[in-house]
Amino acid sequence: MKHLLSATDLTHDEAVRVLDVAEEMAATQSREIKKLPTLRGKTVVNLFFEDSTRTRISFETAAKRLSADVINFSPRGSSVSKGESLKDTVLTLGAMHTDAIVVRHPASGASARIAHSTWTGASVINAGDGTHQHPTQSLLDAMTIRRHLKAPGGPGADSPGKGGGAARVGQEVSGQDLSGLNVMIVGDVLHSRVARSGVDLFSTLGAQVTLVAPATLLPVGVETWSSRFFYDLDQALTEVPPDALMMLRVQRERMSGAGGGFFPSPQEYSREYGLDARRLAGLPPHAIVMHPGPMNRGLEITSEAADSARSVVVEQVANGVAVRMAVLYLTLTGAKE
Amino acid sequence: MAATEVLDGPDVARAIQRIAHEVLEKNHGPEGLVILGIPTRGVPLAARLASAIGRIEPGWDQALGQLDVTMYRDDLSRAPTRAVERTALPPAGIEGATVVLVDDVLYSGRTIRAALDALADLGRPKAVRLAVLVDRGHRELPIRADYVGKNLPTALAERVRVLLAEPDGRDAVLIEGAFQ
Repeated sequence: MKHLLSATDLTHDEAVRVLDVAEEMAATQSREIKKLPTLRGKTVVNLFFEDSTRTRISFETAAKRLSADVINFSPRGSSVSKGESLKDTVLTLGAMHTDAIVVRHPASGASARIAHSTWTGASVINAGDGTHQHPTQSLLDAMTIRRHLKAPGGPGADSPGKGGGAARVGQEVSGQDLSGLNVMIVGDVLHSRVARSGVDLFSTLGAQVTLVAPATLLPVGVETWSSRFFYDLDQALTEVPPDALMMLRVQRERMSGAGGGFFPSPQEYSREYGLDARRLAGLPPHAIVMHPGPMNRGLEITSEAADSARSVVVEQVANGVAVRMAVLYLTLTGAKE
Repeated sequence: MAATEVLDGPDVARAIQRIAHEVLEKNHGPEGLVILGIPTRGVPLAARLASAIGRIEPGWDQALGQLDVTMYRDDLSRAPTRAVERTALPPAGIEGATVVLVDDVLYSGRTIRAALDALADLGRPKAVRLAVLVDRGHRELPIRADYVGKNLPTALAERVRVLLAEPDGRDAVLIEGAFQ
């Protein structure tokens, strides 16, 4: 695996392999010495043209735990603010012999442009491009779902994923996919690269994906995706009870105005599409609640749901480091072709 | 390609039995012993060695585990990407223990070098010993085995294959020659 640009790059077996490696990486993170010498001497550049806390820190942590050198690049305070092009920025990084470039960019396809160019020979990992893809996010989501719902005993087993035995449980699910599970993704699908990557990856792994959103927040052509979709959340929850329920962030920065004309008001959005105590209580007993973060509490998710025992939001962050370690390992080792 | 069988099933069983006695003799009993197999074929061998020691010393707690060395290898950017295997230590860990590493074939010594580094990140054992089923020579590092099932002088072009009942259906050690 030279690059990771899209969740569609991964076949079923490759995706399971990434998750299995991620579980072994996660097991090393409960040790006293968390650092592994695996990528000693490699240089990883975090090239982030968009604000991000958790993804950048997660990639930085992952690279450092594998002993790679990490350089963080942000356009503010760099030549990009003087008008340097993406090409020249990448050429500069290439001249410094970087081994991997982790790219986040507001333009869809930016990471693919770099990967398919002759600007650099480095591995390119997409950390989110516009409204297109965010493959490591969907991998960490899949890892979280698999841990909770594929552990021995199956859905409904009394949360064996919690506590000190988590690493052991994670390893016990190794080799498994997400077949037979219902994953429901609710909210701003239109602007969401998390949703697109999720639909692709979860389907590859055998899950049934259901999207729920107001018609204004579903993209044109959604009927051609491998997922089903609903406009009514309560109807969807009744007809396809989810094993994993993922609430998407309402991306106000990609909308103009308060609701940007996509919905009448935040109050109405939260009434129709928010996860509140009533909808939380109606979920199947084993179902987990996920959110890619950062959460708009009170908009797409209430604090009651976000802080409930079903919420695995914090675990998603921890699994993010393990997944990114696995992706860095798989892209940066192996003989050059 | 001609394959010569140098050890058969009963030979492998006898070698493990003898190594079990040697381990106990050198350690003056089973006190503090931890047996760690190196994936993949070191793992079933370690399990057999631990149960052989357990049969001789029924009071021993059979501290058995496995140690993956993939992420400590020095050839990660030369060979194709390797699968990462599991590391699992016995509940008491390896702190102050006498660890016996178990692998199928000792060759360049690089796997054992990686294993020593991996072990150092997991704790500080009192001593580390090495048990292998076959020592085929051609070391590239100053490493030797404490317990050897069979010393097998080989040519560099030859290939040593260890078959074990758990993954392969039968026990045997084969030498495959490049040219006859």
